[in-house]
Amino acid sequence: MAAPNNHSSMSASNIAVTNSVEAQASGGETFAIETFVLTRRFGDLTAADHVTLNVPYGAIFGLLGPNGAGKTTIIKMLTTMLEPSEGTAAVAGFDIVKAPAKVRRMIGYVPQMLSADGGLTGWENLDLSAKLYSIGRSERKRRIEEALHFMGLTEFGRKLVKTYSGGMIRRLEIAQAMLHRPAVLFLDEPTIGLDPVARRSVWERLLELRRNFRMTVLITTHGMDEADELCDQLAIMHLGKVAAIGTPADLKANVGPGATLDDVFVHFSGGTIQEEGSYHDVRATRRAVSRLG
Amino acid sequence: MTSAQPGVQLAVSAEPSAFLAFFQQTAAIAEIELKKLIRDPTEVLARAVQPVLWIVVFGNVFSRIRAIPTGNVSYLAFMTPGILAQSVLFVAIFYGIAVIWERDLGIVHKLLVSPAQRAALVYGKATSAGFRGAVQATIIYVVAFLLHIQIRWTPLSILGVFAGAMLGSAIFATLSFIVACLVKSRERFMGVGQLMTMPLFFASNAIYPISIMPHWLRVVAYLNPLTYLVDALRTLMIGASQSSHGVLTNFGIVALIFVILAAIATKLYPSLVR
Repeated sequence: MAAPNNHSSMSASNIAVTNSVEAQASGGETFAIETFVLTRRFGDLTAADHVTLNVPYGAIFGLLGPNGAGKTTIIKMLTTMLEPSEGTAAVAGFDIVKAPAKVRRMIGYVPQMLSADGGLTGWENLDLSAKLYSIGRSERKRRIEEALHFMGLTEFGRKLVKTYSGGMIRRLEIAQAMLHRPAVLFLDEPTIGLDPVARRSVWERLLELRRNFRMTVLITTHGMDEADELCDQLAIMHLGKVAAIGTPADLKANVGPGATLDDVFVHFSGGTIQEEGSYHDVRATRRAVSRLG
Repeated sequence: MTSAQPGVQLAVSAEPSAFLAFFQQTAAIAEIELKKLIRDPTEVLARAVQPVLWIVVFGNVFSRIRAIPTGNVSYLAFMTPGILAQSVLFVAIFYGIAVIWERDLGIVHKLLVSPAQRAALVYGKATSAGFRGAVQATIIYVVAFLLHIQIRWTPLSILGVFAGAMLGSAIFATLSFIVACLVKSRERFMGVGQLMTMPLFFASNAIYPISIMPHWLRVVAYLNPLTYLVDALRTLMIGASQSSHGVLTNFGIVALIFVILAAIATKLYPSLVR
């Protein structure tokens, strides 16, 4: 585990602000991701509301919350797709507002939809990514083979992606996102619509990625099991704000003995995650699933 | 502080020259589109039916009534380059649907989060649209050959026509790309796409010369990129007697329009993922 962990104990967002100021004051790059009052408004709606959080290098960090909590908006800002209305963030040491092109060289991204190109083979999908990241010819072949092997897809490399299962597509996308050895990997709902076996295999690969490459991973999720088993640290999102930050164990311990993450979520939002999930979740899941069949 | 940050050291270190990277990235996008086109040519082949109908049915009927003054060439020969330009337009103008589809799948997100230059992504898409234009040109030559339409068959003329069809396809695909970035949904796009095709087609010299148009329509025709494309194709396919601007001027205008459209598309592309 990297960096002294300021967030191992649960802290409300105002405390997190103080922590980030300390981190700034102490200087140096202790965090893979540092956000400073990161805010995005869409008209009257504030999708991300003064979000301040720090993700240490090598951590698997989860943004947990229902749809509409602002998770995807935060990911979009951190991956330079969306400019903040207020505040900023540093990813791998580069400012997302001032140096978005530098940030893009340092990160990998797996979108929520199963977005590998079904009309191409797994190899061709990887080859495209490698070329867009300007990985040289000889290095390209080696990295593609390695990534396919790492994701357990070697024997499927020459097959069209439309013949893949959902879990295989997701693993291919992670392979795509790791080709250029990003410092930080962003995954938006990485296991949505996948069956339990496929979910577990995705988790295992992410843990292995962190172990082998000490990659920092930030995921969004509304799966309590995913948050619990995969993430070292969680930020519980509620209506665009960070309601709580901490390790899953600490978050639970603070709510009471025997508490589950569901209880933690209810404690901070006043509702269960299922109640707050919108039709959009269902639609997104169905879309993902329909691509498999 | 234990943060050794090996990830940082492992990240892509060599930043290639922007110029070289631009070509590599453009070629990478064009290459995958070409692969997909070859693997599943159904769409392109289905698109071949329309121009064939235009020439075989519309062209033959209008040849009989001799209503349209075409100088010393037959009406069929006159309209053949026009129909090529039209079919290039009709195929390319719906290219934006694919862009919206890629947005819904998250492919656009992935491309825009990569360090690839946005202009390279746009030029790559335009190049792949160019391949489709080349397919249309091939089809038109086959039809012209089978119907014994009097067109030129010199290598230079054929080469020029292919270049024109590819460039034309790139222009209208990029225009379509811009519309896609503005409307962002397939339903709206279909409406706008339909709205654009007919005015572009009829307010051009594709199937009748500009000289027979009313004055106001001539003004519109001269603002229409299709007019310059048709003029270039017609000059190359039939002869200099048909040219109002000269091949080089036409190509110059068409290329300039493409560069401007590509710059607008590059600017608008990131708005697809906001």
